[in-house]
Amino acid sequence: MDAIILQVLNGLDKGSAYALIALGLTLIFGTLGVVNFAHGALFMLGAFCAVTLNVILNTSYETIDPDRTDFLGNPLKVETPYIFDWFGPEVGGAMIEWSVPLAILFAIPIMVVIGLSMERGLIKYFYHRPHADQILVTFGLAIVLQEIVKYFYGANPIPTPAPAGLVGSFDFGVLLGFEPGSIIYPNWRLIYFVFAAVIIGALFAFLRFTTFGMVVRAGMADRETVGLLGINIDKRFTIMFAIAACVAGLAGVMYTPINSPNYHMGMDFLVLSFVVVVVGGMGSLAGAVAAGFLLGVLESFASMAQVVDLFPGINQIIIYLVAIIILLTRPRGLMGRKGVMED
Amino acid sequence: MSEIGKAASRRSVLKGSLAAGAAIAMPTIFTSQAKAAFLNDPGAASTVTLGFNVPQSGPYADEGADELRAYLLAVEHLNGEGDGGMMNTFSSKALKGNGILGKKVEYVTGDTQTKSDAARASAKSMIEKDGAIMITGGSSSGVAVAVQALCQEAGVIFMAGLTHSNDTTGKDKKANGFRHFFNSYMSGAALAPVLKNAYGTDRKAYHLTADYNWGYTTEEAVRTSTESMGWETVEAVKTPLAQTDFSSYITPVLQSDADVLVLNHYGGNMVNSLTNAVQFGLRDRVANGKNFEIIVPLYSRLMAKGAGANVKGIFGSTNWHWSLQDEASKAFVQSFGTKYGFPPSQAAHTCYVQALLYADAVERGGSFNPCSVVEALEGFEFDGMGNGPTLYRAEDHQCFKDVLVVKGKENPSSEFDLLEIVEVTPVAQVTYAPDHPQFAGGQLGTCNPGA
Repeated sequence: MDAIILQVLNGLDKGSAYALIALGLTLIFGTLGVVNFAHGALFMLGAFCAVTLNVILNTSYETIDPDRTDFLGNPLKVETPYIFDWFGPEVGGAMIEWSVPLAILFAIPIMVVIGLSMERGLIKYFYHRPHADQILVTFGLAIVLQEIVKYFYGANPIPTPAPAGLVGSFDFGVLLGFEPGSIIYPNWRLIYFVFAAVIIGALFAFLRFTTFGMVVRAGMADRETVGLLGINIDKRFTIMFAIAACVAGLAGVMYTPINSPNYHMGMDFLVLSFVVVVVGGMGSLAGAVAAGFLLGVLESFASMAQVVDLFPGINQIIIYLVAIIILLTRPRGLMGRKGVMED
Repeated sequence: MSEIGKAASRRSVLKGSLAAGAAIAMPTIFTSQAKAAFLNDPGAASTVTLGFNVPQSGPYADEGADELRAYLLAVEHLNGEGDGGMMNTFSSKALKGNGILGKKVEYVTGDTQTKSDAARASAKSMIEKDGAIMITGGSSSGVAVAVQALCQEAGVIFMAGLTHSNDTTGKDKKANGFRHFFNSYMSGAALAPVLKNAYGTDRKAYHLTADYNWGYTTEEAVRTSTESMGWETVEAVKTPLAQTDFSSYITPVLQSDADVLVLNHYGGNMVNSLTNAVQFGLRDRVANGKNFEIIVPLYSRLMAKGAGANVKGIFGSTNWHWSLQDEASKAFVQSFGTKYGFPPSQAAHTCYVQALLYADAVERGGSFNPCSVVEALEGFEFDGMGNGPTLYRAEDHQCFKDVLVVKGKENPSSEFDLLEIVEVTPVAQVTYAPDHPQFAGGQLGTCNPGA
């Protein structure tokens, strides 16, 4: 039982990342009709916002320590971050330690600007082009963004730890009446799950309970009619693109303590997120979230040694197998609407 | 008569067409040097071209960049520039600093992308278009095996870069291929006694293994070594190479009765699986009344940097480390560090050494002919290259030398000071018979000069 609970937790945690990325993908597809293969790159750029803030906070000046030597036997150059001088070592040290949570604030304006630039500078020219063209141009853009990040940060993963106070694990075993230590789960992964739930909830509330959201939903259902009512729906859709970019970026920021970010992390998530979108139903926001969590949980269970022993290789194909089964039984996906992507 | 004449003419036309077709269809690699004694013979030219085939893109690009730095340094030293590095400490004194056989060393580079097909294509291009006389480099066993086979077929020497799978000099060994880097068997043999001392003989190990050639041979080597000293393997799970989040593979470890986790992962896989294992509290866990331990059979400094503080106290093995205090290592670190501002990685070291060993073999054999190089390298014993006395064994073209067991440093003094050497395992302890079961299958064959 404790093994099952652990895999459910794992699945929800994995599903959080899938759902956040798939939600943005669906939002862009539902509003602009664009299949955005650069969405994984936005996730990666968000993660590198956290890395960049860490680098900025660690910007240092050098002093020579004559009593110590470097690997060549020369006097050691000691680096002291400027913020230690500006705010004192304690506050400066705390800022560096809490750089990932701080990066949320840092990433929001950057991701909004990136999203707006992408949409206005490139993607708007592909609204009326075939989906194949959209896929090619956004995939190309993703590669360009990857290579830019690699040029500045290299190919190696860059450790970006969570604040020391949030490192460690929570013992669900004690809470649920099992043996202590039998169900432990890392604090930061729990925080990631809660963070994803808050973002998803906030986005749904925004679309459901605000006038702006109502207009966007109306535009998703019938863009032409909304336009005929004198509403500048294009402007709102552009803003939604920026919001989707921001959601992907924040998902990336919060992911950095889970796995050290590297330039191709977006691609690792992109393919799976597209499967999530298709399984959830093209254009369905709720479907994307549901499919994200569903596939996350299934992937976790398929990785258990007992399952792999029984069905060798199942851990590598489970998501695609489920996708095939769902599409065979429900061709529009779990919550897909009639007419979407069927032209 | 005229009819016979016509028939003969038709036949000759058909024969001629077939011959011409065959000549066009045959790759230039097999025909361009047909008249030479060996492929890409530099002849009377004043220069000779080496091909550096390293990952310049993809996940191992940083390691590839370090390999390339080492090759450029080797070229500099071979041509008599710079401080000479390990040429000054190398036991063989055949190299004079005037190039190779008096020819200035030039080079071309290729990008393996850590993909076998891309690596073969770039090696083929360097051989056919650039006239490279030798191919060297790489950061993966899959690439090494693929490029080694190509070089054997083409008729040039392949001096492998970082490749740790037993298969490179086991079932996939080739007469034209040579490996200086150590292998999975050696890691297992070197680690076992250290693990026995540190953790005892009553341990239960859980293996997570990257689902490809290198992962399999490493798991087999570590399992065999640890089981022979009394450890039990409770589970061995293959993980997809493309896996990034290992949480669903780590949580079953918590449910098992294992008290040791062996991560047969390299590169990004290792960084992520180790990070995830630490996140799930395995380092603080007590199982079977013992502290839970994690082992990483193959370490590299670049990986350790990626994993950050998570490597502290974790055992692994490595081919070479910049903190070694022998004269050769110090000379190389001085030379590399002065030029680039940071110490070399083990990948840089093995590539630099391979370049020098090739050049030295050509000098000693007096020819660039691959068969002469093979003859010079087979059974060659040398010292002064940072690993102590070393033998290039004739039977499988594998170097036999001491192996380092390292541990993640608790209090690193710099971003490079991440691993500490806990033991230099003597070569005798990691030596095995050429027909050892872990290296079974495959034939070395005979050298191919390509002409």
